[in-house]
Amino acid sequence: MSVHTLTVDGEEVAVPAGATLLDAVRAAGAELPTLCHLDGLTPVGACRLCLVELEGSGKLQPACATAAGEGMAVLTQTPQLQAYRRMAVELFFAEGTHVCAFCVANGNCELQDVAVAVGMDHSRFPYQYPQRRVDASHPHFAIDHHRCILCTRCVRVCDEIEGAHVWDVANRGRECTIITGLDEPWGEVQACTSCGKCVDACPTGAIFRKDDTTAEKQTHRERPQLLRDAREKHQWQNQ
Amino acid sequence: MQLRCCGASGCRSAGAEALRTALLSARDQLGGAAEAVSIKSVGCLRLCGRGPLVALDRPEPSGAEPACRTELYAELRPEQAADLLARATGRGDALAAQRLDSDHPFFALQKSVVLEGCGVVDPESIDDALSHGTYAQLRRVLLDVSPEQVREQVKRSGLRGRGGAGYPTGLKWDTVALQPPGPRYVVCNADEGDPGAFMDRSVLESDPHRLIEGLAIAAYAVGADQGFVYVRAEYPLAVERLRLALRQARSKGLLGAGIAGSGFHLRLEVRVGAGAYVCGEETALLASIQGQRGTPRPRPPFPAQAGLWGAPTLINNVETLASIPVILRQGGDWYAAIGTEGSKGTKVFALSGAVQRTGLVEVPMGTTLRTVVQTIGGGVPGGEGPDGGVKAVQTGGPSGGCIPAHLLDTPVDYESLRALGSMMGSGGLVVMGDSTSMPEVARHFMRFSVNESCGKCVPCRAGTVQLAQMLDRFVERRASLVDLERLEELCRMVGATSLCGLGQAAPNPVLSTLRYFRQEYQAACRDPVQCEPLDACLLKEGTR
Repeated sequence: MSVHTLTVDGEEVAVPAGATLLDAVRAAGAELPTLCHLDGLTPVGACRLCLVELEGSGKLQPACATAAGEGMAVLTQTPQLQAYRRMAVELFFAEGTHVCAFCVANGNCELQDVAVAVGMDHSRFPYQYPQRRVDASHPHFAIDHHRCILCTRCVRVCDEIEGAHVWDVANRGRECTIITGLDEPWGEVQACTSCGKCVDACPTGAIFRKDDTTAEKQTHRERPQLLRDAREKHQWQNQ
Repeated sequence: MQLRCCGASGCRSAGAEALRTALLSARDQLGGAAEAVSIKSVGCLRLCGRGPLVALDRPEPSGAEPACRTELYAELRPEQAADLLARATGRGDALAAQRLDSDHPFFALQKSVVLEGCGVVDPESIDDALSHGTYAQLRRVLLDVSPEQVREQVKRSGLRGRGGAGYPTGLKWDTVALQPPGPRYVVCNADEGDPGAFMDRSVLESDPHRLIEGLAIAAYAVGADQGFVYVRAEYPLAVERLRLALRQARSKGLLGAGIAGSGFHLRLEVRVGAGAYVCGEETALLASIQGQRGTPRPRPPFPAQAGLWGAPTLINNVETLASIPVILRQGGDWYAAIGTEGSKGTKVFALSGAVQRTGLVEVPMGTTLRTVVQTIGGGVPGGEGPDGGVKAVQTGGPSGGCIPAHLLDTPVDYESLRALGSMMGSGGLVVMGDSTSMPEVARHFMRFSVNESCGKCVPCRAGTVQLAQMLDRFVERRASLVDLERLEELCRMVGATSLCGLGQAAPNPVLSTLRYFRQEYQAACRDPVQCEPLDACLLKEGTR
């Protein structure tokens, strides 16, 4: 197996060919915030939090969706990147309605985690307080679109792992919304197998189990990768 | 005698169809000498703002040079049909007042390369196109020239992508051609969506066979046997004419299997967009062709490596592909002799806004903006002063910027425009007069980006919304100094971190107006006294 050698913030690291820059950053032991990325799902490069700078090229690249190459010099924590990351998190908070104190995912929320990681204690951008829907038509689960950050993990996990493709994105720009079926109430979508993978994949409290109340959401964000390894590499968790 | 009636969208909206019908029935009524006048529907005759336009070709008495004289008439009404026919048959000159001076700089300074057949050939007749030499280069290339030699000519020409980014076309063709063996696709990007841009529409409506020829040559050069032309649905006439042209080309054996007796096959199809501006971005366009939601994806991999259904895909803009037949006919060196060191050939501009002469302009690269806007366009109607009342010129649509009047002497080429914080863009030039408020211009374009953001990445989806709201504060004169700082900061963030060109370029209208018209933003603050002195931006200009 061929190997690429590169540096991450000056640290030398070797990764197998085909690895992403995010793999390389992790191999170097560096921390990089992510939101739309979830191990086991196809990267989309949408949240822009894992942007890194490649020395020599002014352009920023999403670490999750960029292949690691021989000799690359990756910078993950330049002051500029840190400023941009904080602004991106502020934009996330300002565009939806995120009230941690009342949220089912409080304490188990990746948006909350990245806010802590980038040091965002308030948004300098005015909150938009959008009027969005809550769909509690499914017998076990519900989705509160106010907490949705449009990471599309639910779309991908349902399509790529469960194979049901219940979820998708409708509309454009700030009107974008995650939909179930052909924009039907979730409970009426016959394709839904009620597997709960979307609940596990959701980084925030947008998709949750109806049984859970404030700060009770439990997630298993490692499962898509386990399932993918089982399917593609025939490696099982109990082996 | 021949009357060439413009039948492109601009003149049609001014009543070109009624005029043509009137001409046909007037000819029948008059009979006699009028019978000899042929009435032909052609594409754009350039001066769109004064349509409907008709060109009259009158043969000169034998022996005279040139053998044919052309007169161009503007703003014709159907009831003037008989007068026009009378002029064509040499009786009377009632329309002298509507005759345009063909030596006027608007026409004299133009150099038709891409638009060579535009206004000359009948866009709905392949026989007419063939009689003007269209498809001759395709036939020649298929029989006598290797794909490598074709690419070599394109490289020599120095042609760069006319969609706006200016990537060297020959290099792109090589990248696709040199991918590992397997299927390849060619795609023509005709999703021209910039406000004020209508160059590609004019080519599609006026000379569709030239585009098909260019696309077929491109397919041959990179080894593709299937291609698509992605046209926006807002161009119904272009779609109709292109579809007709494709049918005609197929029936003549110029598309399909074994083209022109060679072993080369090519299937071309039209794909019509669904109204999303972002589908002009190449990766979103490819997703749309595949029937998916039109959203961009990170590059690399570039479409040249992995495009349609994962296969190497060549994407070129309409104007780029329409330049190809001429380049092969005249040779790459001929083309490279036109234009500047870094930007070769000609560029088609769509001139509109506060300008006397609105229309389609093709000039050599390196022509100054002043020549285009003032000499060719005539400046702002009623405008005075050395800049003809021009305050700024907007290039590149919502991705470009506003170039102030004092920089009008900038030559039009990729690098110069980028250095000014604007971009070539696809070629829309919108002229703005003295009364234009720059924060309002910036807000107009930002709202466009808000509406056209696909919503995939957060800087573009949420950042443009915040930027538009900040600009509201300036337009409504309730901004503060903090807003000015935050505006610039967020502009930089959205530009640096957005996923695709739409988001990356969305702040350009704000940044360029901040750079050249900062005093207008400062004056829009609630408490302008706190701001820097009003002339600070001019002092800063020298240091940037």
